[in-house]
Formats: sequence, structure tokens, C-alpha cells
Amino acid sequence: MKIIVLAKHAPDPESEISVAGDGKSISQSGLVYDINDWDRYAVEEAIRIKEERGGEVVVVGVGTNCDDTLRKCLAMGADRAIKIPADTFDPYQTAEVIKEAIKNEQFDMIFAGFMSQDLNNALVGVLLAGMLDLPVATAVTELKLEDGKVVARRELEGGYLEEVELPTPCVLTIQSGINEPRYVSIMGIKRAKTKEIKEVSVAPSISTVEVERMYLPPVKKAEMIEGDPSQIASKIVEILRDRGLI
Amino acid sequence: MKVFCVAEYRFGELNPLSIELLNLANRIKGDGTAEAVVIGRDVGKYAEELAKYADKVWKIEDESLENYTPDLYVDVLLQLADREKPDLILVGNTAQGGEFAPYLAAKMNAPIVTDVVAVDGTKVSRYLMQGKLMVDLKLKSTPAVLTVRQGVFKEAVEVGGEIVDAGIKPSKESRRKFIKYVEPEVGEVDIAQADIIVSVGRGIEDASNIPLAEELASLLGGVVAGSRPVIDNGWLPKDRQVGISGKVVKPKLYLALGISGAFQHVMGMKDSELIIAVNKDPEAPIFGVAHYGVVADLFEVVPELIEKLKGIKG
Repeated sequence: MKIIVLAKHAPDPESEISVAGDGKSISQSGLVYDINDWDRYAVEEAIRIKEERGGEVVVVGVGTNCDDTLRKCLAMGADRAIKIPADTFDPYQTAEVIKEAIKNEQFDMIFAGFMSQDLNNALVGVLLAGMLDLPVATAVTELKLEDGKVVARRELEGGYLEEVELPTPCVLTIQSGINEPRYVSIMGIKRAKTKEIKEVSVAPSISTVEVERMYLPPVKKAEMIEGDPSQIASKIVEILRDRGLI
Repeated sequence: MKVFCVAEYRFGELNPLSIELLNLANRIKGDGTAEAVVIGRDVGKYAEELAKYADKVWKIEDESLENYTPDLYVDVLLQLADREKPDLILVGNTAQGGEFAPYLAAKMNAPIVTDVVAVDGTKVSRYLMQGKLMVDLKLKSTPAVLTVRQGVFKEAVEVGGEIVDAGIKPSKESRRKFIKYVEPEVGEVDIAQADIIVSVGRGIEDASNIPLAEELASLLGGVVAGSRPVIDNGWLPKDRQVGISGKVVKPKLYLALGISGAFQHVMGMKDSELIIAVNKDPEAPIFGVAHYGVVADLFEVVPELIEKLKGIKG
């Protein structure tokens, strides 16, 4: 079983976020990058399947700065990596360059994280499926492999799941929580240095969308409670008492 | 502009977001039309509901469309779009819509933007960075596909349109087969029934800190719930998850500890009577929905709160 996993090197939305001087992009200062959280689960799922059934896990990253994330995936147990050094904000282009870069790979499944933690589009995996004309299932929380087919449970609203069956090859986007991703140590990452990262340069075609403006959203702000922890706790108790909650 | 809105239903109920798509379509159609598309085996009752708010409702019916599959939804929508040439196709940003809409866009070679909260001509707006940033995007061509966030376009416009059988059938068999729906797990406590909820997010840091939240909840006579990362990490069971994919709660008090406030979570708790949020990050979107906010380390505030409550009780 050969599985291609898409892994994004993405800024953590909990790092300090601001708009760059051009008013059209995210300022790089203060951003902390790591493997996209959803992709950790996708990589883990692929590696577990490989460990159980044999085969190969190939991880694909897009971006000039994605090496750290690819190394991390290799340290987790992926066999090799493909790096596409293209920087784009347009998921359409991202899917397109991946399609081109993997065209000579024979695979059974492609896994992608359900969405990226920075742009939150939830697009690249499904766009790629559409471009390759492969069956797809998104937000997968459980999957079983049977001869040439996959039985997947996907997350719906309100705690419901939908069980579906797909033939391989197919594309699955993996929801967080499907497994417990393994921890990799710095030493593990160093040891994975011998594994191959192949660079494949693909120029994206024209984009489908253009950023006009990026800005901080206007928000209605809560009434803020200030003070030291003890003062804050007293104020909360007062609010709860006023409302008859204690 | 000719705007198509693809309706969604499950367990015999039309998703209210389908009407919201039409509300948006009516607002932006100009001289054009707002047209609903409803796909299934027997969709008459949904078509009638949709017709109140649409200039036209296209029914696409076939036995093989009884259960949603992305293969067949894309197949019939491609046929309809090819014939009727819509400028925009609106789809709900749901588990279903978020799945087939990008596939459809890829097949149409059309731009797609997801989780849209505003549309002005070919300019569309959405959040990114889990709600901490917004972006205005220009669609470089039409037709385009947009998935739309729930709860944004609530103002309805009554139109009263006609219902038309599109005369379209799937051209192939679905590769993906629907097997069954799986019901939500039922736990020992139903958080949707609780008056007081102490809810924890990623900021709780570790399973070993859950007892801190439990102690606070028990002093307040409430229950502990959590946001997605807490459930994903297995620190609380799935039936304690608040959010679109978990439970929608409306308690008298929702105390959010270390929860950043991603939209998927906020939709599950925004109607709580009193929301107090504690988070280290002053820019956390949870402060946009909370009544009271505290920018602080929960591990400093919660023990103080526990002491004070014990003092009152004792």
C-alpha cells in the first residue's frame, strides 16, 4: 500500500498575528511555524497503515520553507519526501502543483489534513481529488481497509458520523482526533536526515483569486476584567452572585 | 447575476442554511435570479419550502440520489451548470457542502472560496487564522463556487418562485457508496441540559489539569465540557464536545477556560446567557462572543476562584 500524504508547514494561529505592511499578507514577525496540526494526524494514520500492511509513505510539501515539516514527517516514519518550492496563497495553485509533482507516482491513497491551521480553507485535498478525478471523503475520523476498498467514517454535524465505502485509489482528508500522533524527538529528526527530500520545481499557472485586502476583523469586545488573579476571582464571584448563579 | 444555491437536508429536515444561501443570493442577484437546486430521491417538500425564497427551484430526482454522494452531486450539478450557466454557485459550508463544492469547482475550472461571510460583486470576504484575521478576495473569473458560513445571512426575502423538474439524471454510478449514519455517542452527562458549564480548551495543557476544571464545576454545581483539541487529545470524552460537530449548549453560565474561540466552537455556545472567558491571548476570538473577558493565565485565576467559592460555601 502506497500512501501520499500532503503536509503543510504552517504558522500556529495562536502565535502573534498581524498584517504585513502591504496590507495584503500576514506579517511574518511573531509567527511560529510547525507542521499543520491536521496533517500530523494524516501522517500518523498513513504510517500506522504502512506498519501494519507494509508499503510506502511519501510526504509532499509545498513552499520554499517547508523542510522542517518534511523532516518531522520523515522522523515520524515517512519513507521519503517531495518538496515543491512554490509559495502561493491560492489553494487552487497548491493543488495544481501537487498534481504535477506526483504525476509519476503510483499510489493507493492520498491523505491530506482536513484543513490548514492558518488559512482554514479545507480545499487542497478535495481540489486535488477533483483534478485527478478520484473518489473522495472528507473529515475522516475512522478508516478500515479491505481488499481494494476503504470503509471510512466521516464527521457530520451534531456528533453524527457517516459511514461510506470507496474504491482505491482515492483521496481522504483526515480529521483531527482520528489517532494519537507519535512524538518525535530532536534526535529522531536528526536521524531522519539520511532520508531523501526530492525537490520538484513546478510553476503554478495563473491564480483564480487575488487578495485585495487583509485586516483584523472588527469584533465586539467583551467587558474586560482587570487586576491580579485574586481581584479577578473576586470580580467573577461578584458577577455570578449578581446573576443568582451562586 | 444568476445565482444558484444548492440546498441541503438530512433526516427529513431542510438545513436552515439553505434558506440563508437564498437570502444572500436575493441580496446580490441584481437584475438576475436566485435559483435553488435540490437533489435527491423525492425532494418535493424541500422544493416547496425553498420556492418561498427563490425565483426558481430546480429539482433533480433519481433513485440513486437517495443518499448524498459527492460523485453524483457533482455529476448532476455539472450537467445543470453546463446547461443553465450560473454566474455563482452557493453551497453551505457544512460537512456535505464543504466536500462536494471544491470537487465541483475543480471540475468546472472555477474559482472557489470557502466559509464566506460577505459578498460584494466579485469581492468576497472570509476569516483565516481561526478567526483572528480577515481577507477580501477578488474572484478572477466566473462562474465561481462559494461555500457560505451558517448564521450570517438570516434576513429572508420572500420571492415565491416556480418549481421546475430539471430533467437531469446521473450519468454514471457513484464510486463512493453510502453505508449508514452513526448516531452520536451518549455519555453519563448530557452537557446540553446543564445550567452551568465550565469548558476547557487547549489552554488546559494536559489531561492532568482536568481535575482543576472539575473541582470548579462541582463548586458551581455544573459540568465540565471542552473544545475540539481537548476531545482530540482524549482528555475528555466526545460527548463533552461543544461546537458544530459536537453539541450546541445554552447554559446560564458558560465559563470558557483557555479556549481560543474558533467559529466551529463559538457556534456551539454563543447563545449562552452569560459567557465569561479566560485566555492568555488578548486577541483570542472568544473575547468577541464573551460578555466578560479576562486576559490571564487560567492556572493563576482558577485556583483563586476555587478558594473564594470554597470560602462562600464553607
